[in-house]
Amino acid sequence: MPQTLFDKIWDRHLVARRADGRDLIYIDRHVLHELHAPHAFEQLEKQERPVRRPDLTFSMQDHTVASKPGRNDHSNPSGAAFLKAMREGSRKNGIRIFDLHDPEQGISHVVAPELGMVLPGATHAVPDSHASTVGGLGALAFGCGTSELAHILATQVMALKRPQRMLIGLEGQLGAHVTAKDVALRIIAELGVAGARGHVVEYAGTAIRAMPIEQRMTLCNLNIEMGGRSGFVAPDDKTFDWLAGRPYAPKDAMWERALTHWRTLKSDDGAAFDREHLLDCSTLEPQITWGTDPSQVLGISGQVPDPAALEQGRRAAAESALAYMGLAPGMTLAGLKVDRVFIGSCTNSRLPDLKAAAEVVRGRRVAAGVIAIVVPGSTTVKREAEAIGLDRVFRDAGFSWGESGCSMCAGGNGDRGEPGERCVSTTNRNFEHRQGPKVRTHLVSPETAAATAVTGRIADVRQLSAERA
Amino acid sequence: MQPFTTHTGIAVPFLKDDVNTDHIAPVQAMRALKPDYKALLFMRARQRDDGSEDPDFVLNKPQFRNPGILVTGQNFGAGSSRESAVWSMLANNILVIVAHSFADIYRENCLQNGLLPVTLAPVDAETFEARVIAANGAAPFTVDLEMQRISGPGGADIVFEIAAADRMRLLEGLDDIGLTLKHADEIKAWEARMAAAQTWLQTAREQRG
Repeated sequence: MPQTLFDKIWDRHLVARRADGRDLIYIDRHVLHELHAPHAFEQLEKQERPVRRPDLTFSMQDHTVASKPGRNDHSNPSGAAFLKAMREGSRKNGIRIFDLHDPEQGISHVVAPELGMVLPGATHAVPDSHASTVGGLGALAFGCGTSELAHILATQVMALKRPQRMLIGLEGQLGAHVTAKDVALRIIAELGVAGARGHVVEYAGTAIRAMPIEQRMTLCNLNIEMGGRSGFVAPDDKTFDWLAGRPYAPKDAMWERALTHWRTLKSDDGAAFDREHLLDCSTLEPQITWGTDPSQVLGISGQVPDPAALEQGRRAAAESALAYMGLAPGMTLAGLKVDRVFIGSCTNSRLPDLKAAAEVVRGRRVAAGVIAIVVPGSTTVKREAEAIGLDRVFRDAGFSWGESGCSMCAGGNGDRGEPGERCVSTTNRNFEHRQGPKVRTHLVSPETAAATAVTGRIADVRQLSAERA
Repeated sequence: MQPFTTHTGIAVPFLKDDVNTDHIAPVQAMRALKPDYKALLFMRARQRDDGSEDPDFVLNKPQFRNPGILVTGQNFGAGSSRESAVWSMLANNILVIVAHSFADIYRENCLQNGLLPVTLAPVDAETFEARVIAANGAAPFTVDLEMQRISGPGGADIVFEIAAADRMRLLEGLDDIGLTLKHADEIKAWEARMAAAQTWLQTAREQRG
């Protein structure tokens, strides 16, 4: 019987079926961060349980690290306890940690792929809901809570119910300045914030094949914003080329063996999915959120909806979102004055994201009154960006250029906006108060964020680019 | 984990959809490794702009100050995987959440901590919510996991469904890691098989040389 790629990976990793009917799925790579791992280390120590495979486990310091240049443990005062506990827990358990001053430190979802810890057809777990970012390389990744994190440390498996399968087909060529971020926001708008709950999503189609790996990661990153259990793209030559030579990827003969296997990783023709959804990407324009959940999305030329015109179940939420965001039905967002622009996070902080934003910024200045911030996703990205002068482009324009970490995405490191500010952000959640009390967040692509920073108003990056031409 | 058999408490109507974990357990400017989980629950929603208590927020109302059961809408617990969004419920003695549906990771975190997530059939949900609103905290409801029943003021017992495995796990308060470690030999065998067949999966750190 034809099988989906999800089923192939799942079956290959099925160790046993537990007494309560759950499948024990082996986790090939486990990446931790300091916000949640310390509690799990403590739990295991109390139970006198060792970490089963420290050699398959890696620790990152990302959520609480300050982005201020010259930072130390105390630059974000409330981060110090987390950083210390993470350091000690990792040392005691023999886990390699990418600490604050490590030249490869960064956001787990950025570092794990770029160092080749993530491999096609492998399983991956992170105690973070954006774990499936690495699905962009064809890995099956699960986000989990703290108890599950302790469970994986002790057993190297996750006890899971088999999810359902969903296929999202993306066809057509993306227009200029339309990115994976825009595609993802449109999908979430169409399916809703619970639209993929209980499902593992395979993204396929001509638009996917054309996307570079970093774009695929952005797409898979946002899978959780529609409730998806996991999301991935089947690997292809782009994937293999991208991975070759990365530090933790297999080498030489083992690489050749792996490659032979990886080339078989695809859903069979005629494999059945529980749900399918198709999106024509060719007519898509840059997207932006208007509300307080990631499904409240508009094309940049669109108008804020009238709650009265929405289906009843969405009406109250839309009304409350408009009040929070300080918007009225019928408005266009383009042209709206902003206070802050943030470029970064596990969604959009890789080198090509920064390059695309820098191209828009080059030769321009951040508009007066706008605070504009770039925080690279990893110290490696930061170094590579500096090597090609991107930091100068941003700094010369008036952006601040930070040290790598989660920064303003979750506000866990002290980077947050001021009450009432309108913030255009390349992050993944526009929830109320997420970027600071009363901060009004609009989610966009790096290019739209850059165009907004230099005009001081929510901008259609395509017009800005047309002006330059 | 504490076994869950029955729980009696005041049912709080919080009839919203898509309540996310940022809302349930907000990230604070000054974050502690071990925060006061009781105070963390809906911390921001409980306060007015000046930091004083918002008397209109449901958990601040006198009749709901000692909650036991939270009654809510669809996709409860969306967003981040933070388990503090469950721990803050337990710290407030909320050991049952009755929702139209739960976000996957949140529901899993509930099961890991002995918090019973209940989903009612749509018609029962409507009846139950009406009874919770009518009771208005004056009398408690009891949720009996063994019998899979909710009883309380305003009508007959309501039966709920829950996967047998989840029910057993909560009733017995099973140690999840212990349950899995019964399969330690199979885990070891899988590793040995994979070390031969797909060596690259069983070697990570040493790849770097």
